[in-house]
Amino acid sequence: MGKTIAEKIFDAHLVDRPAEDVWVLSLDAVFGHEITTPPAILELARRGKDRVFDPGRIKAVIDHVTPAKDGKTALQGKILRDWARRHGIRDFFDVGRNGVCHVLFPEQGFVRPGYAVVMGDSHTCTNGAFGAFTPGVGTTDLAVALLKGVCAFRTPRSMKITLKGALAPGVFAKDVILAVVGRIGVDGATDRIVEFDGPVVSAMDMEARMTLCNMTVEAGATCGICRPDEKTVDFLWEFIRGDFPDREAAAAAFRRWWPDPDAAYVEEIEIDVSGLEPLCTFGYKPDQVKPVRELAGTPIDQVFIGSCTNGRLSDLRVAAGIVRGKTIHPRVRGIVCPATPKIYAAALREGLIEDFLQAGFCVTNPTCGPCLGMSTGVLAEGEVCASTSNRNFNGRMGKGGMVHLMSPATAAASALAGAIDNSPLFPGTRSTP
Amino acid sequence: MKTFGGAARFLDRDDINTDEIIPARYLTEVEREALKPYLLEDLRLEGFDPRRDLAGCEALIARANFGCGSSREHAAWALEANGIRLVVAAGFARIFRQNMFNCGLLALELPAERIDALFRRFAGRPGVSAVADVASGTLAVRCGGDTERIPFALGPFERALLEAGGWLEYADRRYESLRRKESP
Repeated sequence: MGKTIAEKIFDAHLVDRPAEDVWVLSLDAVFGHEITTPPAILELARRGKDRVFDPGRIKAVIDHVTPAKDGKTALQGKILRDWARRHGIRDFFDVGRNGVCHVLFPEQGFVRPGYAVVMGDSHTCTNGAFGAFTPGVGTTDLAVALLKGVCAFRTPRSMKITLKGALAPGVFAKDVILAVVGRIGVDGATDRIVEFDGPVVSAMDMEARMTLCNMTVEAGATCGICRPDEKTVDFLWEFIRGDFPDREAAAAAFRRWWPDPDAAYVEEIEIDVSGLEPLCTFGYKPDQVKPVRELAGTPIDQVFIGSCTNGRLSDLRVAAGIVRGKTIHPRVRGIVCPATPKIYAAALREGLIEDFLQAGFCVTNPTCGPCLGMSTGVLAEGEVCASTSNRNFNGRMGKGGMVHLMSPATAAASALAGAIDNSPLFPGTRSTP
Repeated sequence: MKTFGGAARFLDRDDINTDEIIPARYLTEVEREALKPYLLEDLRLEGFDPRRDLAGCEALIARANFGCGSSREHAAWALEANGIRLVVAAGFARIFRQNMFNCGLLALELPAERIDALFRRFAGRPGVSAVADVASGTLAVRCGGDTERIPFALGPFERALLEAGGWLEYADRRYESLRRKESP
């Protein structure tokens, strides 16, 4: 019987089988941020085990609330910072160098095909775009991972989602993953690894693949995963060029992680994206999805363009292109958050930041803050946000607030309209001229 | 071995997420006990008042996909800080379920029909208790003299985690001198 990508990674990382259906894997890297890591640090210290398994394999960032907004968040940052210094963790990203973890760490080349990586954050699944097994975990799993470099998982069960056809103009990876979550539901992939396949995925660049994998956890998935190909190699080349004679050799080496043709999946789904139109959530669950046109005209108070789902350069380019030379609706507070300093700098060079500022957006420093209502864009009771982030849970961006998830194109168009609206990039019906 | 639970509260909803269990605005706390007053503060459930309805509560019974969303172990900690060491549901999100066992707490999954039957028979009645006895593999839901006993099976790994008191204890003992293999 052939193997899936996840099964191959499990085979290569197995250190223990404490029970028939439990695999303890060795980890190639362990990531941490200032919300879920400090409790692990304090717990280990309380037990007299203030150690790390390998400082070179641990990467840490302050990203959720940064710069610190109050005494408590300052303390969280300090605990992480002091710990990183104490243990010689060189890849620690503090104010000025920090960005949203699931954008920053891949940008730094920390995720490679075939890797097993954990982080105390559910959207770690984003990194599966590189052909790696990258589940989010809780703080106790993180503590053991930091101390021992291992983590336990059930025998992997993969679900294959094949994306066929071609995306219409104005329809993006975000719309595809909203369609997937809408179709299989918020627990449609619970305890499963979603392996993406098909020509649509092959055609996507790495940023789009990260967007795709990012929201697999909204369907309950352990992580998303894409087969590593030439695009993966190109993205990583500056980090791996010393390991391979040329790009072709790297791509060939990474093909060892490709699924076998006779690999077994618990479920296989085929989706033709050709007729797909821009989508948007309603309600408080990410599987409550409708075409944007059906929600068009819904008034909004705030627009957020950013997050580990859609705060990358390609996202900012699309959004800036829509607002360029225009002004956002006077009722709308526009917030743009480039996900890393590198993206911020590139957006500045390309004139995108200028476009946003001219249109009336506030451009913040890289942070996760607005997405989960922790800083720089918290909603008041009864307010509505058009957001490029990943969760529309009740209270997610502020108690009593409502979040509509959508692509950067839709969010930018909605900012101009003052209400949910399709972008001019989409040739379908627009509600406003 | 251990028992889990006691006075029980029914939460009649699927997909109760960890943002509802403990909202992100409280994630600036670094000590578990500080989360105690905020448990289920954002739960969207008609007529539910966390302060009133969770007083004295030791077990929760809910429907499908409990604990979905964020990986925050703060959700399990907020339950434990309130004396709730048992959650019975028709299904759990993977990370939340693992977090519960990793903390030595019991996340007990029952078939949806069983859960439905429990809701029909016990929900809304005063003085309902739910106690899971891990040794015998029995969940007893009780209201006065009215008792339903439901057998359950836990895997050996979950049992070992409960026995050890959590994953940190278990891993520390089992992987004392761990040698890692070379990365691929």
